[in-house]
Amino acid sequence: MSGWFMEARSRLALLALVLLANVLVAPGFLELRLVDGRLFGGIIDILNRGAPVMLLAVGMAPVIATRGIDLSVGAVMAIAGAVAAATVNAGHAWPVAVMAALGTGLACGLWNGVLVTIFRMQPIVATLILMVAGRGIAQMITEGRVLTFTDDGLAGVSSASLLGLPLPVLIALAAAIITGLLVRATALGLFIEAVGTSPRAARLAGVPAPGILIGVYVWSGLMAALAGLIAAADIRGADANNAGLWLELDAILAVVIGGTSLYGGRFSIGLSVLGALILQGMRTCILRSGLPPELNLLLMALVIALVLVVQSPACQPAIARLTARLTRKGTA
Amino acid sequence: MKAFAKYGAVALMLAAMTGCGDKGGADKAADAGKTAGALTIGFSQIGSESGWRAAETKLAKSEAEKRGITLKVSDAQQQQANQIKAIRSFIAQGVDAILLAPVISSGWDEVLGEAKAANIPVVLLDRQIDTADASLYLSAVTSDTVEEGRVAGRWLVSTLAGRDCRVVEIQGTIGASLVANRKKGFEEGISTAANVQIVRTQSGEFTRAKGKEVMEGFIKAEAPGSICAVYAHNDDMMIGAIQAMKEAGLKPGSDILAVSIDAVPDIFKAMADGDANATVELTPDMASRAYDLLAAYKKDGTQPPKWVQTPSTLYLPDTAAAEYERRKDLY
Amino acid sequence: MTEPAATLLSARGLTRTYPGVRALDGVDLTLRAGEIHALLGENGAGKSTLINLLTGAQPIEAGSIHLDGREVRPRSPADAAASGIVAVYQEITLLPNLSVAENIYLGREPTRFGLVDRARMRREAAILLSRFGLSIDPAQPLSAFSTAVQQLIAIARAVDMSARVLILDEPTASLDSAEVAVLFRLMRELAASGMAVLFVTHFLDQVYEVTHRITVLRGGKLVGERKTAALPRLDLVAMMLGKLPSGDNHLQRHAAREPGAPFVTVKDLGKRHLVAPFSAGIRRGEVLGVAGLLGSGRTETALLLFGAERADAGEIIVDGAAVTLRGPRDAIRLGFGFCPEDRKLDGIVPDLSIRENIVLALQARLGWVRRLPLARQRELADTYIKLLNIRTPDAEKPIQLLSGGNQQKALLARWLATKPRLLILDEPTRGIDVGAHAEIILLLEKLRDEGMALYVISSEVEEVAAYADRVMVMRERRQAGMLTGEEVTPSAIIDAIVTPVDMPPPGRAA
Repeated sequence: MSGWFMEARSRLALLALVLLANVLVAPGFLELRLVDGRLFGGIIDILNRGAPVMLLAVGMAPVIATRGIDLSVGAVMAIAGAVAAATVNAGHAWPVAVMAALGTGLACGLWNGVLVTIFRMQPIVATLILMVAGRGIAQMITEGRVLTFTDDGLAGVSSASLLGLPLPVLIALAAAIITGLLVRATALGLFIEAVGTSPRAARLAGVPAPGILIGVYVWSGLMAALAGLIAAADIRGADANNAGLWLELDAILAVVIGGTSLYGGRFSIGLSVLGALILQGMRTCILRSGLPPELNLLLMALVIALVLVVQSPACQPAIARLTARLTRKGTA
Repeated sequence: MKAFAKYGAVALMLAAMTGCGDKGGADKAADAGKTAGALTIGFSQIGSESGWRAAETKLAKSEAEKRGITLKVSDAQQQQANQIKAIRSFIAQGVDAILLAPVISSGWDEVLGEAKAANIPVVLLDRQIDTADASLYLSAVTSDTVEEGRVAGRWLVSTLAGRDCRVVEIQGTIGASLVANRKKGFEEGISTAANVQIVRTQSGEFTRAKGKEVMEGFIKAEAPGSICAVYAHNDDMMIGAIQAMKEAGLKPGSDILAVSIDAVPDIFKAMADGDANATVELTPDMASRAYDLLAAYKKDGTQPPKWVQTPSTLYLPDTAAAEYERRKDLY
Repeated sequence: MTEPAATLLSARGLTRTYPGVRALDGVDLTLRAGEIHALLGENGAGKSTLINLLTGAQPIEAGSIHLDGREVRPRSPADAAASGIVAVYQEITLLPNLSVAENIYLGREPTRFGLVDRARMRREAAILLSRFGLSIDPAQPLSAFSTAVQQLIAIARAVDMSARVLILDEPTASLDSAEVAVLFRLMRELAASGMAVLFVTHFLDQVYEVTHRITVLRGGKLVGERKTAALPRLDLVAMMLGKLPSGDNHLQRHAAREPGAPFVTVKDLGKRHLVAPFSAGIRRGEVLGVAGLLGSGRTETALLLFGAERADAGEIIVDGAAVTLRGPRDAIRLGFGFCPEDRKLDGIVPDLSIRENIVLALQARLGWVRRLPLARQRELADTYIKLLNIRTPDAEKPIQLLSGGNQQKALLARWLATKPRLLILDEPTRGIDVGAHAEIILLLEKLRDEGMALYVISSEVEEVAAYADRVMVMRERRQAGMLTGEEVTPSAIIDAIVTPVDMPPPGRAA
């Protein structure tokens, strides 16, 4: 556990910096208010808005750890949202719609997993198929429009709250905790890392590699479907063209900021979630800064580049020396 | 050249099969139309990426039918290459005129030169092109996107009647000329009133989700009760913004005035519910004006103006319920 | 064959150390102008390292290279090529989508007014290729031609770069016999023109067909240089496999014991294009040694026995019952374990800790749900680190930081943790330091004495002869013999390796 905190330290420091920037932009940012049994505040906003990317990152981290990638998650979000909206609009109850959306996500993940595992396609190619085709499938379901719905139950996936926290936050945190337990309280994490680091050695040691591979893609599909439900509930409509657009890249970035190599191997659900929160914190800060919107992408890119350079192997020794010197001074 | 045209026709057929789909009927009608001496017009449409564009295609078809025009629609699926193929195919089929909704503004000189050489007039719909040779097309029918912003701005000024107002603006996707124009027009519209000023502007990328997120940010960043109006570059972002206001406990339409552009069905629903105050129509009926000027041109050579602007009509809540009914099946 | 004359290349005392292992230890190599010289040795003997030093792919740690009496110290392959030393590898390192001419002149294109003169390039390429008996269109992409032709093109490129010393690394591995004949004719012509050709191969027939001299390496050291004509095949194999001069055997053969109960019986197990059907029996408390040269099919027998390759013929009988192996997991369930030959690629999981590497197979057998508690994992790791004397400060270090010998011990620990009934080991002592080497041999003997069945593939004939109860000899991808009891001597093993089998090799005939 202490090893995890060593790893997490630099990301927590980053998150603190991002929050500080938010405070500078909006002085009341850290305040938390309880209104009608529901918490409000800047932190809650970041958690709430960041929930979809957190979910995607939770699904993406194990996939990347197996030396794979899932480019289809944004499209799966769109499909799941469209399925949910179409289901309630067809007169079914909202739980049915939620189950239909989650089922769709599982099916999409299974498709990816089978292409990668059974047909031995390169993951980037296999999931590119659904990334491109998926949005088309969603557009077929919504007929190219924003498919709005009025079902309050389904909308509640985004707007309801429990224990003072917005439901999306609870869903994302629960998904992260369950996934974390699933990989670390069982041997799945070890198997995933073994398969990702050295597929041949893992197979010869008896690790059930095909099952592991299919499993991580199915899980990623399920997480994407949850994110898609939240996105659709948020605007009370399924926007096939825009729901989850480019979010696969945010999710990959979050996992990378969380310290997982795209060459597979070691991964951490918690650090990936931190990565997603850092990204959302930056986005919130930029959106609220009042700076001209033309600067949005540039600022985002500059900060991300900075984060990744600081985390790069070339910079790590220097940072270790620096922290060592600082802690020495601190104790002396 | 012949082989080229043949491939073009195949491409068109594929496009029609995947896109708008009623090619068979159009073909038969074309044969009948030729003998009756009515016009046959080819329409190279960008795609069907939004409800508005679907409505534009639908209206082009229904208005053509009214006038006895045979319309051949080709859906380019967002690809300029498909549009060029479609135009070449229209030329090979010897249509009387071509409507083009260009997916991008440059790279049309060669194919439009071919149309000109074949003596087929081309009318641009909905968007302009960049070309040094204006004779390549007969006319362009588009909305005046600056005027749309102006109408929205003027409405706000007159509604406020001198009251001080801090406005937040939700822009479309950065970089689009449409966004620059709608921004410029609105600023012109409010320039006469010192009491109205834009205090924040941010991009909502034309989507509901981003519109909602941006509005949430505005509400958080500004002192409570200090925002008096929101101007969104399209209705979709406004619909997202309305949700953000409601979730923040505000009453859109009364606490904060809401004005946007496009006039899609959902904004009329919001207006009917009292959540939005005004929208400026970007009419999807571009084709009927093109048909009219083409008919005049074919009849006695009347040269139409180079740029025909569709009106930017302001819609208010009083007609919202009726307008919603009228439009909901069109989009 | 005429006696080649002057020394062209002389390398003295070449040395190169990798972490934990001396890959090349003071090796000499002499190449004479006009000779074809074979460089022989088993995997890990140091052949690749020697080539890398000669071509500047790796820096020289100690020692020197003289070419034509002048010292050269190549810093890169391009540098070596400029001095006249060029290597052509088994995996052709040209670019398949470029034209033949472009490949030949890559990086040194003829230019005209600063631009590449394609016409001249093609013309000159055609002339060059015709000298090699190739009348092909140099404008065609390289990928349009067979491996053999690509190989010749690669050699043509090397020769045209004014090579004095041409190194051919396993050039015949993917050629058929007619193509080999063409290549040999070319090699002889090049040698006759005054070049020296260093020919690395594991086909001994080809060595005797085409080379003048042989240098043999073993375990990073020079075993010796001999004239090919004066070196009987038996002696050559003995040099490669480390048989000591007779009468000098310090390893004592263990006393014959009562054979245990039969455990695994293999009957005519085989797979087309991989290895011809072979049969063997392994009893508890017994070591079945497997001997053979590189490429003899010895590793393939292990892959079939462990289910890593699916057999298409024969059967495996365990404790009297026939079993089907659909994959390694089936074998592991039966109590088999397998330490593969390529430790780095197939054995260790480099990023993971020593602990995780040790528990991996046991955990895989338990399944993903029943995770070994961390305390139990630590206990297992610490037990084996102590038992096998794995030198590491703690079990949480990434395994890639260990030396080769300690990695090998950790892999043994991985299987011992599963309490295997049959342990399959492919070259368990290759490329590891002397101390670990001896420890592993002792461990194998201890495991055998405790009743484990062992299937040990090794090119160390002296050792195999010492600890194996029986030895299966492989040659040309088929079983060439089974030595039992008193027959198990280093000489008998080498005899069996060298003696041709009557039947034609599989694959070609099939």
